[in-house]
Amino acid sequence: MESAAIIDPPMITPVSLPQQQVASGSEPADVAPERPPAFAVERLSIFYGEKKAIEDVTLTIPSKMITAIIGPSGCGKSTLLRSLNRMHELAPNTRIEGKVLFAGDDIYAPEVDPVVIRRRIGMVFQKSNPFPTMSIAENVLVGLKLNGVRDRAFLRERLEQSLRMAALWDEVKNDLHKPGISLSGGQQQRLCIARAIAVEPEVLLMDEPASALDPIATAKIEELIHELSANYTVVIVTHNMQQAGRCSDYTAFLYLGRLIEFASTTKIFTNPSERQTEDYITGRFG
Amino acid sequence: MAPPSGLGDKVFKWFTLAMALAVVALVFLVGWQLARGSSLAIRRFGFHFLATSTWDPVAEQFGALPFIYGTAISSLIALIISVPLSIATAVYLTELAPLWIRQPIVSLIEMLAAIPSVILGLWGIFVMIPWLRDHPFPFLKKIFGWTPFFSGPIYGVSMLAGGIIIAVMILPIITSVSREILRSVPNLQREAAYALGATRWEVTRIAVLSYAKKGLFGAVILGLGRALGETMAVTMVIGNTPQIRASLFAPGYTLASVIANEFTEATTDVYLQALFEIGLVLFGITILANLLAQLLLKTMGSTIKSGAVQ
Amino acid sequence: MKNSHFWRKTKSALASAASFVCALLVIAPLALVFLHLLRSGASAVNWSFFTELPKPVGVAGGGMVNAIAGSFELLGLAALVGVPVGVFGGVYLAEYGTVRGNWLLRFVADVLNGVPSIIWGVVVYGLVVLRFKSFSAYAGGLALGFIMIPLIMRTTEEVLLLVPAGYREASLALGISRWKTIVHIVMKTALKGIVTAILLALARVAGETAPLLFTAFGNRFWNHDLSEPIAALPLQIFSYAISPYDDWHRQAWAGALVLVVTIFFVNILVRFLTRERVARVL
Ligand SMILES: Nc1ncnc2c1ncn2[C@@H]1O[C@H](COP(=O)(O)OP(=O)(O)OP(=O)(O)O)[C@@H](O)[C@H]1O
Ligand SMILES: [Mg+2]
Repeated sequence: MESAAIIDPPMITPVSLPQQQVASGSEPADVAPERPPAFAVERLSIFYGEKKAIEDVTLTIPSKMITAIIGPSGCGKSTLLRSLNRMHELAPNTRIEGKVLFAGDDIYAPEVDPVVIRRRIGMVFQKSNPFPTMSIAENVLVGLKLNGVRDRAFLRERLEQSLRMAALWDEVKNDLHKPGISLSGGQQQRLCIARAIAVEPEVLLMDEPASALDPIATAKIEELIHELSANYTVVIVTHNMQQAGRCSDYTAFLYLGRLIEFASTTKIFTNPSERQTEDYITGRFG
Repeated sequence: MAPPSGLGDKVFKWFTLAMALAVVALVFLVGWQLARGSSLAIRRFGFHFLATSTWDPVAEQFGALPFIYGTAISSLIALIISVPLSIATAVYLTELAPLWIRQPIVSLIEMLAAIPSVILGLWGIFVMIPWLRDHPFPFLKKIFGWTPFFSGPIYGVSMLAGGIIIAVMILPIITSVSREILRSVPNLQREAAYALGATRWEVTRIAVLSYAKKGLFGAVILGLGRALGETMAVTMVIGNTPQIRASLFAPGYTLASVIANEFTEATTDVYLQALFEIGLVLFGITILANLLAQLLLKTMGSTIKSGAVQ
Repeated sequence: MKNSHFWRKTKSALASAASFVCALLVIAPLALVFLHLLRSGASAVNWSFFTELPKPVGVAGGGMVNAIAGSFELLGLAALVGVPVGVFGGVYLAEYGTVRGNWLLRFVADVLNGVPSIIWGVVVYGLVVLRFKSFSAYAGGLALGFIMIPLIMRTTEEVLLLVPAGYREASLALGISRWKTIVHIVMKTALKGIVTAILLALARVAGETAPLLFTAFGNRFWNHDLSEPIAALPLQIFSYAISPYDDWHRQAWAGALVLVVTIFFVNILVRFLTRERVARVL
């Protein structure tokens, strides 16, 4: 299953990737003229052992848009996000009920390889985590190299592209051989974003990507997320309500593992339909 | 756990599992080799092997009792000397010593642990034995000579010398394991006692030592396991005479040293078989000691963990 | 009341003093042994010690070059056995398996660690020497390799567990398969610790004598055939120590000094390279 096909096209064409990448016999998603959704989550429940962390969530995440997931601490934001590329399975004894369709295909179907899923759906974490033994360049290219890409010219090109897209190129172009962990916190996080987009995923999942950064670095990351949404579907978990309001198109509000409300960000922040959403965004709890 | 993805993942997982299972395979390999190597002797001597004390290769009479006795007594001496010293040192290092002195002492103890047995034996032959023979042994004889344990001629090489050198070998291990045990006692225990106005020593005695009893016992048994199997240093100072004498000044012999000394000289099959059987006995008792020690140490760990949770 | 308080304070001070004396007694043998090594060994460590073969009985001089070389050869063979099994077994314990199953494997490894080293000599004698009817370097290396396995396995596990989970997640999220994540990310991050584990295990078996007595057996000459008996420094020290010749005793001290200094050097180097954490596991 070491298919390197997914990273073969030498240009950044994330959404043009053929759907049969997911080994699945199910019917192809209808290619409607208006963009099909990136994810369709259907009656999803997620368990850690006996504990139910997500309960009966149904929502549709539009493609090439920014969707924010908000909610009080422990409500299941990270769990829901991680279930979108099966990262939550790294914890022992996890179990799901329901479905997650990605580009029309069930990513939990038995024949699906989570490794392939994760190649198509990248992730950026709260704590920036460049690999400590690698240089800046190696960090960016590690995903390609370990998946068998050897073409040097292609790698060099991809290195620059990814760093440019992560708005880091100008700052590091002369220090590409320096250790990734020698960068500042904000730069490290952008390096992690570059690393994630270097493998040309279709989606970027971000779990509080700016919560450990100072305001200036946060602003940079937000700007970057906005630019990325031209090419990528972005799902971002945030604690910070202003952040959700500033940089997302849609917002999902979770509370105690349930989806309370999902709507356009404008609607959620100006005219929520649910009482609980209003309480939360006006700071009455959480 | 994520389901295995791809052939590479499966192969790698099974490969590492096979490597990890090597430890289990090795235990069986040892047991099987020793049993196979001694099957004739076991059949020929039966239970008498463990209960008779004639060791006469020429007459092909083999009884392991003197070696079992020697192993037991030398290990006992070693424990009597090293247990109080090691535990006191561990207590000193975790509870009582000023902070700056702790790490240097720990490093020195680790260096002592790194000295090979054969070198301690070398030192034993040329430095320790002459000194014991000339000073402490005559002194002991003068005071305790009326007991059977310290009577008879003094040669230098002796059961007592063997016990002392084993004690030196196991001091570092008992100390460092005890230290780990004491360090794992939750601070809550200590704070509770301090809050009652206890002095440092009272805190140690009431809160720490009583809490860590089981683990410390595990450390001692672990030391015993090492003592039983200690070979080179003992072989060089114990005198290597298969006899059972009450006097600790008399030479003795241990299971491990008789293997070390006579294995390459075993010219007949029965002789070699008997030595294999000695190996089997030694393996059996050290495995038992280590099983017990690890059980004590590991369950001690879990009680501490659950204790910390509540 | 006041009196009893004074008595309790005194008792505490006495306990501190007594345990300090115990600590001194524990490290005293180290000082005694090392001083004697320096005094008796330093004068015999000279150029010919490192370059010459042992001289025949009764002829003064000579060295232990064959034993030094033999020890390195044996350690090389031991590493061939102990390193792959130990390191990848440690990988399994740290990265795969179930809590209960791994508890058991760890338990067995720790018990195995307590098997007396002489037993390994007997086992390998039955396994290799009897079968091929010859003492050999292979047999000696195998015996030392067996001893290294549980040592390296447990330390490797510890150092891998020190690698933060975030690196594993980051790698898996890039669509890198699990085994590549373990080899290229986790093991690479922990490389220093793994090397440390190997070096400490080598330093530990470098001084082993008992398992070599009837496997490697020793040799007074050069041996370039690994299926023949081979010299080793600890074996040479042992046979010289129990010999009746003063000159050999001198050489035994010299060999001991060289061996101990080498072992200390490796231990200190390793401790210098890594944090205390890793070294403590052994
Ligand atoms: N590995 C795990 N094992 C067991 N329970 C877990 C695990 N991870 C999360 N949980 C539980 O699932 C629930 C949801 O956790 P999750 O991390 O998704 O919350 P969150 O909304 O991301 O919180 P935060 O804002 O603090 O990051 C919590 O109650 C948490 O305790
Ligand atoms: Mg979270």
